[in-house]
Amino acid sequence: MSVKLTASALAIAAVAATSAAARDQVQVAGSSTVLPYASIVAEAFGENFDFPTPVVESGGSSAGLKRFCEGVGENTIDVANASRKIKDKEIKACAEAGVTDIIEVRIGYDGIVFASDINGNGFEYTPSDWFLALSNEILVDGQMVANPNKTWADVNANFPAQALQAFIPGTKHGTREVFEDNVILAGCEATGAFDVLLAAAEGDTDKAKHKAAEKACISLRTDGVSVDIDGDYTETLARIESNKDGIGVFGLAFYENNTDKLQVATMSGIVPSTESIATGEYPVSRPLYFYVKKAHIGVIPGLKEYAEFFIADEIAGEDGPLAEYGLVSDPELADTQNAVADEAVLGSNM
Amino acid sequence: MTDATQNTGAVAPQGSLHTLDARTKRRNAAEGRFKLYGMIAIGIGLLMLVTLLYTILSKGTGAFTQTFVSMEVELLESKLDKSGERDLEKIKKVTTFGYAPLIKSAFEKTVEANGIETDLKSKDMTKILSKSAASQLRNYVIANPDKIGQTIEFRFLANSRVDGYMKGRVTRDSIANDKNITPAQLDLVDQLIEVGALKKTFNIDFIIGADASDQRPEAAGIGVAMVGSFFMMLVVLVLALPIGVAASIYLEEFAPKNWITDIIEVNISNLAAVPSIVFGILGLAVFINYMHLPQSAPLVGGLVLTLMTLPTIIISTRAALKAVPPSIRDAALGVGASKMQAVFHHVLPLAAPGILTGTIIGLAQALGETAPLLLIGMIGFIASNMPETVGEGLLSPNSAMPAQIYEWAKRADPAFYERAWGGIIILLIFLISMNTLAVLLRRRFERRW
Repeated sequence: MSVKLTASALAIAAVAATSAAARDQVQVAGSSTVLPYASIVAEAFGENFDFPTPVVESGGSSAGLKRFCEGVGENTIDVANASRKIKDKEIKACAEAGVTDIIEVRIGYDGIVFASDINGNGFEYTPSDWFLALSNEILVDGQMVANPNKTWADVNANFPAQALQAFIPGTKHGTREVFEDNVILAGCEATGAFDVLLAAAEGDTDKAKHKAAEKACISLRTDGVSVDIDGDYTETLARIESNKDGIGVFGLAFYENNTDKLQVATMSGIVPSTESIATGEYPVSRPLYFYVKKAHIGVIPGLKEYAEFFIADEIAGEDGPLAEYGLVSDPELADTQNAVADEAVLGSNM
Repeated sequence: MTDATQNTGAVAPQGSLHTLDARTKRRNAAEGRFKLYGMIAIGIGLLMLVTLLYTILSKGTGAFTQTFVSMEVELLESKLDKSGERDLEKIKKVTTFGYAPLIKSAFEKTVEANGIETDLKSKDMTKILSKSAASQLRNYVIANPDKIGQTIEFRFLANSRVDGYMKGRVTRDSIANDKNITPAQLDLVDQLIEVGALKKTFNIDFIIGADASDQRPEAAGIGVAMVGSFFMMLVVLVLALPIGVAASIYLEEFAPKNWITDIIEVNISNLAAVPSIVFGILGLAVFINYMHLPQSAPLVGGLVLTLMTLPTIIISTRAALKAVPPSIRDAALGVGASKMQAVFHHVLPLAAPGILTGTIIGLAQALGETAPLLLIGMIGFIASNMPETVGEGLLSPNSAMPAQIYEWAKRADPAFYERAWGGIIILLIFLISMNTLAVLLRRRFERRW
């Protein structure tokens, strides 16, 4: 500890010598899904180490990664939280701004749940139901037609005749992408719409056709049935409280904190819980990440310690506070710990 | 208009002025209706105000009380300081996780000593307590290493669910699907209340404490954000008041009236109406990206808010200077004062109450501003400690009161929502007292001619 302390003290002195306004706390921004976990870690980090408590901002995965890729230096953030993997496009943007060595850290998994007002109807969904409810065009008698469904009963005869109204995360949220890939696209394929779209898709190669068909699948209807929520889950909750017919997309942890207001829907017959997500039975889950600028390690005091602390067994392990809050711990946590200890950057081990 | 056209060229109205004719009745009725509309408008306004105040007070007062559990904790030397040397560096190595067993055994003993019977395991019993208990214990031990080995009475925060149960927010029905608390734990809570170990009391930590993570809403406080707001207001006052007053004195008293000053004048009026988020973007570009000032620092927040407040101060100062009658200036100049002496000895003192009022209103406006802070990193999880020096207060990361309220309102646990309302009460108290001060100053010192 004392060695580390002197090292960081030296680092502070070095930084202070080069710049008058040296920063001595870790600066984090990004996904609002990761925010609660990051703030729990930041708090425990500030309590147990001699470093100041890191500052954690939210704003969405894409917004966080964009700030992350602005460049290297004290006036840029050190860590970006993301509820999805970094895209090639973003790695490229990072590289252009001089952010080349990025350490990717997977902290665990998070479930996405569909929940509605506690006093309303309960639902047992399959991905097909969501595709039929929200997609711009659906397959009717072998033809793609504009989505005619108005109530859940139109979508699936087993459902009550409740007006269709969905509150889904906006496009700047990483959750949206998981929703599109694991629910809408899966439903698109299950209903056979994907094959029809693929046959009709224009493109030079199979890959381009595939991509075009996928894009057509996930284009959602714009007649007000599907509402993009750009804010946080609290906004989705408020929308459902004012419109009892609404079904919202939430993170598992958020739902578990509001079980007195929300009831959760099953997906393909599985009730979402940390257990069913850990075993992979519940289909809509995604890994959560944070990304660290390697160039800032050793410059910003406590950065590496923060990254290591985040994925330590006592924090991100099965009995740690993150799991208690709703994170599904990663079975390969030990590998991640080693990778962070070695400061393995993206691209070096792929 | 209609009356006028009817009258032109027509014969004079017939009959006595004492009997109302149809047209007068119509006019009187119109006036009566207008008065009614006015009263309805005011009534609606008052109703809104009462509803607002009622909502804020009914939802927010809960934040000022908190549930505590008191118990005696034995600070075991074997757990906290194995070497027995009382070496602070070694004691610090025991993380908060190492303190959890102490709390567990203390809880068991409390339950035993009070003769409470429960089937809960000690791990489930301690879930009644806040997650902050371990860090509270650790902080105490680090501050008082000589107390290791003794048994000390502690007052720990209760979990937000238990606190909600005490405040009626959580009921046995509402926790049916809640995995954070069980009916058995609520039974234990009831028994602890009976023996007096669990109490709801006033919570000063809400007013002076720092923000807490999503896992322990019961420990969150607005105090540090209040200090952040204070430092920002300090920056605004120190910069905006002299700059604003100097600019207005020059523009009002010395500057020649030509097209350049006209353009400046129009621009100042326009700046006052620029949305505050624009100043945030400007602050990000200039202060953080170009001047490399630290992110999330009240200094940058203060600079941004200064830009926002300047036009308000300049406009009100110019109005106050204009209100001083020219005879004062003429008299001063007439007895041989220079222009500068006339302004600084006579005009400025007479305009001071107006300037102060404008400044205070501008500050109050800046105090409640959130949008520009979003872009300079002052909204987020910023759980810093109380700054110890002025420099630290200006440069170390901090939040501001409205930013903290916004942050709480979007968190998952309903207990944070209550704190957001509580924060609104504190912010309102500040705003109302600042505005009252402005009114009082004006009443006390304003002179009319």
